[in-house]
Amino acid sequence: MTYFNDLAPDTGRTIELQLNGQPVLAQVSVRQHLGDFLRESQGFKGTHIGCEHGVCGACTVRVDGRAVRSCLCLAVQADAAQVFTIEGLTDDPVVRALQDSFVRCHAMQCGFCTAGMVLTAAELLQAQPEPSREDVREYLSGNYCRCTGYESIVNAVMDAAQTLRKAGGGAR
Amino acid sequence: MKAAPFKYVRAQSLEHCLELLSEHGDDARLLAGGQSLLPSLALRLSAPALLIDINRVQELSGEPQVTPDVVRLPALTRHADLITSPVVQTYLPLLHRAAPWIAHPGIRHRGTTGGSLALGDPASELPACAVAAGATFILQSKSGGLRRVPAQSFYQGMFRNACAADEMIVAVEFARMDAMQTGFKEVARRRGDYAMVGLAAQARRRGQRLTDVGLSFFAVGDYPVLATQISQAIEAADTPAQAVTMALEVYEREMQPSADLWCSSQAKKYIGRSVLEDVIHDLFQ
Amino acid sequence: MSTTHKDEGIGAAVPRVGAKRLVQGHARYCDDIELPRMVHVCFLRSPYAHARITSIDTAAARAMPGVVSVLTGADLRAHCEPFLGVLHHLPGMVSAPQWPLALDTARWQGEPVVMVAAQTRALAEDALALIEVDWEPLTPVVDPQAALADGAIAIHPALEKANLAYEARVDRGDYAGEVARSALSLSLNISTTRVTAVTLEPRGLVAEWDAGREELTVWTGTQVPHMMQSVLAKHLRLAENRVRVVGLETGGSFGLKIHAYPDEFAAVMLSRWLGRPVKFIADRLESFSSDVHARAHAARVEIAVSPDHRIRAFGVDGLLGIGAYSKHPRGSVNEVRHVVNLLGAPYQFAAMHAHVRVAFQNKTPYGMYRGVGHPIVCLLTEMAVECAARQLNVDPVAFRFHNYRADADYPAELLSGTKLEALSHEACLRELVSLMDYPALRQAQAQARAEGRYQGIGLATFVENSNHGSATYGRGGAPIAANDGCTVQLQVDGTVLCSSGATDTGQGTETALTQIVAHTLDLPLSAVRMQLGDTASAPVGGGNWGSRGTGVAGEAALQASLALKDEVLRCASVLWDVPQGRIELLGGQLVDSLNGQCLGTLAQLCQAAYVRPDLFKSGPVPQLAITRFYAQRDYDGGIYTNGVQASWVEVDIRTGCVRLLKHWIVDDCGVVINPALADEQLRGAVVQGIGQALLEGCLYDDQGQLMNATMAEYLTPMAGEMPDICVGHVVTPTQSSKLGAKGVGEAGITGAIAAVVNAVNDALFPLNGQVTDLPVTPDRILKAIRVIH
Repeated sequence: MTYFNDLAPDTGRTIELQLNGQPVLAQVSVRQHLGDFLRESQGFKGTHIGCEHGVCGACTVRVDGRAVRSCLCLAVQADAAQVFTIEGLTDDPVVRALQDSFVRCHAMQCGFCTAGMVLTAAELLQAQPEPSREDVREYLSGNYCRCTGYESIVNAVMDAAQTLRKAGGGAR
Repeated sequence: MKAAPFKYVRAQSLEHCLELLSEHGDDARLLAGGQSLLPSLALRLSAPALLIDINRVQELSGEPQVTPDVVRLPALTRHADLITSPVVQTYLPLLHRAAPWIAHPGIRHRGTTGGSLALGDPASELPACAVAAGATFILQSKSGGLRRVPAQSFYQGMFRNACAADEMIVAVEFARMDAMQTGFKEVARRRGDYAMVGLAAQARRRGQRLTDVGLSFFAVGDYPVLATQISQAIEAADTPAQAVTMALEVYEREMQPSADLWCSSQAKKYIGRSVLEDVIHDLFQ
Repeated sequence: MSTTHKDEGIGAAVPRVGAKRLVQGHARYCDDIELPRMVHVCFLRSPYAHARITSIDTAAARAMPGVVSVLTGADLRAHCEPFLGVLHHLPGMVSAPQWPLALDTARWQGEPVVMVAAQTRALAEDALALIEVDWEPLTPVVDPQAALADGAIAIHPALEKANLAYEARVDRGDYAGEVARSALSLSLNISTTRVTAVTLEPRGLVAEWDAGREELTVWTGTQVPHMMQSVLAKHLRLAENRVRVVGLETGGSFGLKIHAYPDEFAAVMLSRWLGRPVKFIADRLESFSSDVHARAHAARVEIAVSPDHRIRAFGVDGLLGIGAYSKHPRGSVNEVRHVVNLLGAPYQFAAMHAHVRVAFQNKTPYGMYRGVGHPIVCLLTEMAVECAARQLNVDPVAFRFHNYRADADYPAELLSGTKLEALSHEACLRELVSLMDYPALRQAQAQARAEGRYQGIGLATFVENSNHGSATYGRGGAPIAANDGCTVQLQVDGTVLCSSGATDTGQGTETALTQIVAHTLDLPLSAVRMQLGDTASAPVGGGNWGSRGTGVAGEAALQASLALKDEVLRCASVLWDVPQGRIELLGGQLVDSLNGQCLGTLAQLCQAAYVRPDLFKSGPVPQLAITRFYAQRDYDGGIYTNGVQASWVEVDIRTGCVRLLKHWIVDDCGVVINPALADEQLRGAVVQGIGQALLEGCLYDDQGQLMNATMAEYLTPMAGEMPDICVGHVVTPTQSSKLGAKGVGEAGITGAIAAVVNAVNDALFPLNGQVTDLPVTPDRILKAIRVIH
């Protein structure tokens, strides 16, 4: 994205961040949100935009180790941050366990919510390696899914928790 | 929905921030967590000319500070910190109880105490906690310096408060609650939704009686108010059961909740009864 | 020795083919497409439900840097045919022509009026603010009852019957007599609120006009690429073989993405106008006001029961408001057709009365949303049934067994004329009672009541259409194929490449079809690649809707695979000089069953077939690519499926909130291709039904303004409140196909709404409370038990 977006000066910035483990230097419009920056400027389409007002959770990414709604963060706020999208997390053992469990437990249909679900669930399992089903439902209560009705997703997160425990507590 | 164009500046220090506010006033908005501001920009409900990003202002960040009497929370305290901080858990248990009810984890990582208190969304948790606990907001501006405003006089209308155009909340002070009882209840149809009815409360317990009761409902009006008459009724009671009865009497007489899109004022009023009852029981635990 | 691969084939609960792409973020949805010089559009939409457009000044918008084009309805009018959402086989059905952009009158809040294209979506939205429109607000016609009253303002003055879009009446048997003779007759006034699909991925498309070839390509998340191809060709005056629709990975559809939307057509037209690719993705605000809405009925349902507890009659008088236009090309009246066709469907009864009316109104136009009218007719029927049972003090399960049409009594024809091949209500209810341990739940309920807690158990028997024939659309003149086709071809290395016009919007069509082909050819799933939804390569078909993907497209895939297998055996016979009847295709090998000898691998056969045709000494050259079409013609109205659901709830009478303790569904969809995927379809759909029962609704004020067009205020089910859902199956295959599979996609939602509402009313019964207006909010519950007024 170039400054051309916007009509007045002082509406563009250069930012430097770590994105999926790589350094990135980019010019952004200050009004562009992080989700659009990741998708349009950096080509990482795995993060999806579902509502653009912070309710559905589909746009969740990891910023400085925390799950964050990328539509509720400006790209300029990611300057000097470490950002991961779903594409950059296949080496993260918790994320990978979740991905395998989601496939095994049929926890996605259209797939549009999946990245956000996985990143949010990963944060839960990092903090709470032995959640109950209620804990899982509560932690994911801000991630909208229209297809699955959520039960298979809860099954998948419980399944991943069990896999990680057997592997000797993959979370940290 | 993409935000309308705006200019953006990163405040380097509190002084820089106050300078900018003094220069731009109402044309500017402070960007803290952005969890309420950014949706409103996306929906084009507001179109400020300038966003002042305060996330790197050191003076607004940091750990809660505990003194013998008060706990001081810097404005950039994140909602998630209210849940994980042992200081908050011990000395501000009301906030510790309320914070998990705020939206969802991703939003709690970014949303700030200062931001939530400044916005004063009538359905949100922290403003009611501040009013119930008799907190003091520390405001600062270039023109007026430091100003201390009690929470209960800070809120003056729907999204209207005592902050001047060049003023901002830099911190909030709560009296320490480690020797107090707290109560918090929120009724919502879905976890993390704005409440249908909610109540924040604190009190001191002396046997079968309560003193220093502070109560504030949320999601019932334009802004959180201190329910003084109900508090007095509770303080006048000799037993928990009597406290409930007398409180409900006053509640029935005085409470006039506003309806929202999905919930009539009669329903809110009815639901509020059980919320009040449950919170009073909490205060006696 | 060859190993069979049937353990991955038909009946196997294998994970989705290619699922890794979904969990790793590599799937490609519409908004992921970027083409050189692509522009982004957005629309200025009417802020009024009803207004005359007296002038539009776009000069300032056109001049804004970054803006590429600004067009109005007048600009587009000469270059397209208007929509007309009418099915000719429904007598009296009317609608008015609909243009891509409003011309002189806006008829719903959200109707597109001006199209802006710019280099980015953000710039296009900025330009909207520079457009000046002179509106002359007109009185909006909002309420369907008012719309049909004498003297109401006609939304489409040219139509004869003012705002009446459709009306149907069916009267059978001695209805009045049955009611008069009944021991109990009761009526319920039931109302539902408009809902909308709220797919997580909004609708949209990317269109590219190739001026050199004079060809149009449209990439879009759609359930029906061939229908879109036909409709685009017709309305934009192109030959169909110059229109290519590429169905993409879709982030949910549920019926939303089977309609022709005026704003999408405008965007497609723009690509031709500009000679540049055009992207239009509806944002969430636009989605709420311009996606199709569904299921806002006001109906009085009546049931009459004899002294020996036999249902004697069902009646319904219903009214549906469908917004400003009947949706093209399927029309918007199917919901009431389902009410008429299936009222009381599970039961034997002697008389029926149905009178339904459909009205235009100044609201967002209506369309199909998962289940269409089946959830409504189930709600009407099963609320009446349980209400009657409670009043007669008869257990609702016993009452149903007493009144079901017996499983042995099929095929059957309902009083309405609907033909049912084979339903299994008794078997499903028996299975359900066992699964949920019904007696134990009634005990738990009694125990809770003794403790002052109000639990409820609600059941719902549902009947849901699938595998449609031509009766629904084709006979009405809509360009919607009742058939589906599949091409199955062998590659040189013996792997299989298939193409079908079916689509996968998350349900797993790709996997099911892959399983069918792999099973038939006894290959591992990985050896079969099923490509979906590209009109350039897929045989013409109806796509996915009405739960027809597995049953119809699956059958086409089966027949094509069987034919290919025959051809493989024939070629093997010629190549290796062994009688065809002795050859078996097992685990990728051609085997002589006489002695178990492997004649060769499938790969070797294909290699020979393609590069050594000289080795085939007799008969035609190998034909290792076969296309077969299938259409269900035994039951033109469709093959119906059935099941029963149960909901167990606890109502907190201090707050009016409903806690969902558990949910059960027993479904009969015939042969199940993939039990895991079928069960997940059922679960997901059940939760959507729970949404309509308790949470969802488009709220309008009396000026026709949609008041809750955000995800914070339109309430959809989230993980925190949903129950676990226990699934069971009964299998009654359809005889209308070799596969025997019926549809499963909509069954869950069809019975869930009624089951949950019945459960709430069962909980409130001791308090003499009953809710008959949906969604069942705390307000409605507290009013029903009279603690508020």
